[in-house]
Formats: sequence, C-alpha cells, structure tokens
Amino acid sequence: MRGQDLLHPRPEGLYCPPGDFFIDPVRPVARALITHGHADHARPGNTAVLATQQTLDIMAIRYGATFAQSSQAAEWGKPISFGDCTVTFHPAGHVLGSAQIAVECGGLRIVASGDYKRRHDPSCQAFELVPCDIFITEATFGLPVFRHPDSKAEVAKLLRSVSQFPDRTHMVGAYALGKAQRVIKELRDAGYDRPIFIHGALQKLCDYYQTQGIDLGELKPATLEKGAKTDFAGAIVVGTPSSFADRWARRFADPVAAFASGWMQVRQRARQRGVELPLIISDHCDWDELCDTIDEVGAGEIWVTHGREEALVRYCELKQLRAQPLHLVGYEDESE
Amino acid sequence: MRAFAELLDRLVLTPSRNRKLQLMVDYFRAAPDPDRGLALAALIGDLDFPAVKPALLRALMSERMDPVLFGYSYDYVGDLAETISLVWPTGDDGAGTELRLADVAARLMAVSRSDAGKVLTDLLDHSAASERFAILKLVTGTLRIGVSARLAKQALADFGSKPVNEIEELWHGLHAPYADLFAWLEGTADKPVPQAQALFRPVMLSTPMGDTDHTKLEPSDYAAEWKWDGIRVQVVANNGTYRMYSRTGDDISGSFPDLMQAVTFDGVIDGELLVGDPQGRTATFSDLQQRLNRKSVSPKVQAEFPVFVRVYDILQRGEEDLRGLTFVERRKHLKAFVSTLDPARFDVSRFVSFDSWAQLDEMRKHPPHPIIEGVMVKRWDSTYVPGRPKGPWFKWKRDPYTVDAVLMYAQRGHGKRSSFYSDYTFGVWSGPEDAPELVPVGKAYFGFTDEELKQIDKFVRDNTIDRFGPVRSVRADRTTGLVFEVAFEGLNRSTRHKSGVAMRFPRINRLRWDKPTAEADRIETLQSMLDA
Repeated sequence: MRGQDLLHPRPEGLYCPPGDFFIDPVRPVARALITHGHADHARPGNTAVLATQQTLDIMAIRYGATFAQSSQAAEWGKPISFGDCTVTFHPAGHVLGSAQIAVECGGLRIVASGDYKRRHDPSCQAFELVPCDIFITEATFGLPVFRHPDSKAEVAKLLRSVSQFPDRTHMVGAYALGKAQRVIKELRDAGYDRPIFIHGALQKLCDYYQTQGIDLGELKPATLEKGAKTDFAGAIVVGTPSSFADRWARRFADPVAAFASGWMQVRQRARQRGVELPLIISDHCDWDELCDTIDEVGAGEIWVTHGREEALVRYCELKQLRAQPLHLVGYEDESE
Repeated sequence: MRAFAELLDRLVLTPSRNRKLQLMVDYFRAAPDPDRGLALAALIGDLDFPAVKPALLRALMSERMDPVLFGYSYDYVGDLAETISLVWPTGDDGAGTELRLADVAARLMAVSRSDAGKVLTDLLDHSAASERFAILKLVTGTLRIGVSARLAKQALADFGSKPVNEIEELWHGLHAPYADLFAWLEGTADKPVPQAQALFRPVMLSTPMGDTDHTKLEPSDYAAEWKWDGIRVQVVANNGTYRMYSRTGDDISGSFPDLMQAVTFDGVIDGELLVGDPQGRTATFSDLQQRLNRKSVSPKVQAEFPVFVRVYDILQRGEEDLRGLTFVERRKHLKAFVSTLDPARFDVSRFVSFDSWAQLDEMRKHPPHPIIEGVMVKRWDSTYVPGRPKGPWFKWKRDPYTVDAVLMYAQRGHGKRSSFYSDYTFGVWSGPEDAPELVPVGKAYFGFTDEELKQIDKFVRDNTIDRFGPVRSVRADRTTGLVFEVAFEGLNRSTRHKSGVAMRFPRINRLRWDKPTAEADRIETLQSMLDA
C-alpha cells in the first residue's frame, strides 16, 4: 500500500479511504477523528467524532453538548478498528488532551501528529514518540530562526517587569485553550501566588483544567468595580490576544502589553502588534525540536503541513529523506 | 551582557519616553563600571568596531548553515543581525557563562581584521540569542532603538538627580566608559572637570506666549526680535578649537566646513542657522535640510545652499563669561563683537520696535518675510539662564497654517492607547474636479481631547472598510467620512510622499463633524503654499 492510498488531502481535510474517516476536517463529515480542541482542528457539525475524552470535553465546552451527533472517547494507545485499518491515539504534548493519531493498514503506519511540542509543559501530557513509516509533521515554527528559549526564563522576565513597574497592569495575551492555562501554571510553579485576573473568555476552560488536576491557583475575573481604575495596578491579567485590542482593555492602569507566543521570537512581529513585553512561550515545537523529531521518529518519508513547509522539506532533502509538503487548507494556528 | 541585552530588547519595544528613561536609569543603577559606561556609549552610537563588517557576518553564516535555509530565515526576519542571532547553531547552550559587556567590547575593539571572525565566533558561541543580538547590533553599529543622545543624557540626569544642563555642559569633555561621570552622579566623587576645549554651554530656552500672558507684562520691559525658521546653534571658539553645537549639544561642525572657516574669533555666540545670505535672501527650512545630518558636504551643495548664523546672543567674549550680564548689556557686546566677523556668515538679529502688545501681536501675525515664524520677546534685564525659565523669554509664533483634510487610515496606538485607534492619516482631494480622489498628506496623533479620541475611535470602528495589521482603512468618499482641521507649522516638498508635500508638526486642531467631506481642501491649496 502506498502512503497516499492510506491518507490523502481532500477539500474537507485529510481522508483515509480504507477506514472512511477524516482527521481534523475543516467541513462537516460523517466520521471525524480530532487531534485536539483548537478551533481550526476541532469544528462542530460532524456526525460522529472520535477523540480523547479531554478533547471531547473541550469541544463540548466550546460548542455545546450538540457539537456532534455521536462521540466516542479514544484511550491512549488502545487500538480502534475502522474496516481494514487500525488507529491509536498518542499524546502530542500540545494542549490538554491533544493527540497524535497513528493510522495503520496493510503493514504501513502513518502518524498524523496534529500540532505537537516536545518541551515540558506542566499543563498537559508529554509528547510520545511513535515510530512509523510516514510522519506527518506540522511546520508552524518551521524556520531555523525559531528557537524557543526556556519558558521558565520567559516567566521570570514577566515577573521582573511586574516588580520593575508595580504601578502598571501587566496584560498577558494568551490563547484561550492551552496557552493561557500553561502561562498561569508556569507562573504558579515560579512561586507567584497572588490572584491572577482573567478575561471572561478564559473562565470555562480554566475551570475545566482545574477539574483535570491542573492547579491554577486563585483566579479572579478581571471585571471592574465601579470607578476603581487602580484596582489592577501591579496585577497580572491574562486574556485572549484580541481582547487587548478591544475596548475591554481600557479599564487597566497604564498597561504593559505582554504576549505569550512563539511568534514573539521575532522583534518586528512583536513591534507590529504593539507588544511591549514579548514572552516566547509556544505550544508548538521550535525548529530544533522539529528536526530532532524527524530524526528520531525513524520514518522514511515526511509530509510537512500547515506552516513554513519549504524550510522543513529542505531540511529533509539535506538529510536525504523523502519529503513533500502536504497542502491542507484551513489551519490557521489559532493556538499561536 | 545579559542585562544589556535585556535593556536593548525592552527599549526596542517600549514606546513611552518616561518608561524608556526608567529602563535606562534602572540599568545604570544595577550595572557595574565600566559596563554601564560602555552601554551608554553604545546607546548613543559612540562605540565603533572597525574590524567587523557585515560581509564578515555573512561569511561566518555561510560556513555554518545551508544557504537556502539561511535565505528563508533572512527573508522572514528582514534584519541581518537579528537573523544571525536567532539561527546561530549553538542555540542557547552558551547561556550558562555570563559574558561581561566590558570584555566583549575590549576584545572586539582590540581585534585585527584577520582575527575578527574567530573572536566573534567565540563570543557568539558563548551567548544566548538575545545576547547574540546585542553583540551583533553593537558590531554592525546600528541599534535603532529609539534612544537619542538627549534621552540618554536625561536618563543620566534622572539617575543622579542632577539638572540635565549640567550633564550637557560636561558632555563633550567626557569619554567612554564615563566612570568619572557615574561616580559623580552616584555621589562618590566630585563633579568631573572637563579638560577639553570649546565645550557646549547649555542653552536658555523660551516658553510660548499664552493668550493672556502679555496682559500682565509691561511692553517697555521687553525687547522683541523676529523668530527666524532655522535651527538654533551655538558657535564656540576658544584657544584654537572651533565647534558648532545644536540646541541639544550635538557637535554639528562637520556638516558646515564653509561656515566653520569663518569662525576666527574667541568666544561663544548663540543664534539661528539659516541658508542664504545675510544681506540678501533667506531661504526656507527645506533648503536648510539639504545641509543637515550630512557627514560630508560637496562644494556644489555648499555653493547652492550657503549657510550663515543670525546671532542673537553672546555668552562669552574672549575669557570673559557674559552670562551673568543682562540681555541689554550682552547685546551691546554682541553688536561690537559681530561687527568684526565675516558679514557673509554672521549678522545680528535685529530688534523689532513696538509700543504696545496689540501692535506686536499684529506684527507677529503678519511677518514681513515668509521664513519668519513669529517674534521672540525677551526681558531687557534677563541674565542668561540655562533651561526653560518661565518669564524672561517668550516665543510668540504666528498662527499655524490649517487645512481641512479627510481621515483615511487609523492605526492603533501604544501603551495607554493600545485599545484606541489614535494615529490618523488624512488626505486632501486631488485629480480632476469631476473625479477627485483623496491623496494622503500627513499623519497626526495628538491635538484632540480624550473624549474626542473616544468619538474618533468609535467612528473608525463603525466605518472600517479594510484592515492591514494594526491599521484600518476608513470610509472616506465624497459623501461620507470625517473631516479634520489640521494645523501645521510649514510645508516641505517631499519626494517620499505621493502628494509631494510633507507637513511640519501636524496636529488635529478641530474635529469637523459638521463639514461634508466634499468640502475638504484640495491639494492645490497646499501646493500654492509651497510656492509662496
């Protein structure tokens, strides 16, 4: 069996003919396997959904209990058969519940990694290396300029700024699923025990993380008591990146705009967004980790998708590995 | 190196002047000598490492990385130093051992061209990414972090709780790494005594004449002179050293060899640098700009744009410091002094006689020459006091020019204004009368109240037709749109703007919610002001 007979792109998403399912479809389909809960990968309206329990929970939080007609929870590493092929879910280390999906048929195994990261993250399961014949890798940060520093140092930078500018509100932009909880958890692990204020859009997902054993400490809504503008001076407020460009942000005392994202590596990106304090904290692999993963996974062929495919394909060429860009549309890395 | 690297990173992204000052002061407080002095020199562009050139950096990269991958990276980042700092193969492995800025600078300063590659490699291998960025920015000599020499001096003043004038006065006698300066600012040593000749004297500045200020003043206590639209300079000559300084104490002698040749005296004079001929024509500020910020000036440019100084004060004559004398006394000295100088390069600013404020008000509104921007009003009995004391000197400018323009684009602000669309690009009508289109003529981000800002912000959000990153394109056609009355101080010709004009000091004067966009001004109105 050739690779493209087992999985190939269709307008709806990555399709598996022998199993008759799609992985992370961008349009509603009869059977969808979902890697993780980010909105560009997990969409409502599919008939049947298979995903990890946490991903199903997150989809229910985001889209309501009716996000699909039926859903099935996949257990880590436990094979599930569809026709002639077998699928297994393995931790991807991206956000809580995120999975790589291994698809096996006729002796050929392809791993669709979804989005993944190799770094330690106290808010989700650690990435598991799954040997395979063809590895599908993301390329969000697929350029040699992306080398994420230690996230502890980034959190320390934030805390230093908080003590240097105690009269200002530090507004940390972080995506609602995964990044926000990770930043909060890393702050707690760094010993920051004051209440952290959060934007309303984060509330349900933070509550959910807490029920899953991720202790985020005391979180308070960043709502305004009447006329008390200095309430947030010296505080850390976490919100979605878009909320800081919104009228909502006007309640804060002389804010320092911080943004937790792998994109913050490039100063001009930070400057364009008006970010004063970039925090290079990513839930994707950096360049070195993408390369290491390609080396370690032992696949003879690499498919590269959503991101900067050309550099990673070039890397594979230099390593004399077969590689091709896999043109999937509709993934906009909401996670960064 | 780590603290300096973090300082650079923060300065690049901090738009607020006061916050920049705070970052620098905190750094000066925490960093040891001579690191902080070297950092200071780097911030103001005073460190030079001649052995390291961009070609060397490219060569180092080509030995280390596939050129195709480097090409993708450079295309994405767009800045050579930053790209190399990020892709340098050691990653952050080198972050463990802390390099001192002083050691880095010493090694790079001493290195020969042939060894430069080896030394730089060693330094980069032992640094983390943001330190590599700092090192590469140092050696390529272009920090571009929005810190002027003036701002750095203000940070020093804040750090030592001293008036910035005192630092400016010392400045040209001091050298990196400025250990004597820091010791004085920290109170552990006396004020340094500069050895250098022809030092800058901090200048005396004026305050704007408010609408009712003059009603409390007696006209006979004050002199008036025309305020010419050039740049304020101080020419200093003593013991055979000749310098010309800008208002902020930058040495600008190098751009004006023609004028410096005529500096044959011993003394310190204060005046306005202008293009033209004292006896004949005085040219525009645009013409003066042909002479500013140039390292070398061709004879052709010198001949086409000759400069002279219209002198209005004298601070020192020979060995005698005149700053303690009254203005009327200094002007007597000045008249005698300038009469001995080259009349093609120096003349004395003439007094404007007046009997009442109403009469002077008329004159400043209708000056006799297009390059006059109002009058200066100075107390006859004022001594020369550095800084901006309120009372002895006033500037009373003619009213600004105004034009009605239409809001075209709005950009989100920074800091406190990051949730507001607060930077506005506006345009006027151009093209044929039956098919006019808007052409941008300027950009302004102040002149309105907080309440007006909210109203404009709402208008922008309600009338957005397109978005590009932080910029919104706003509906602006013959029937819809927002008209601003824009005030500005003058117009320059510009080849960089499609409209061909660039405004000086534009600001929003009034919001004209009432005015239909079709009645905003046309580009010809501005062009006729250029020709005037």
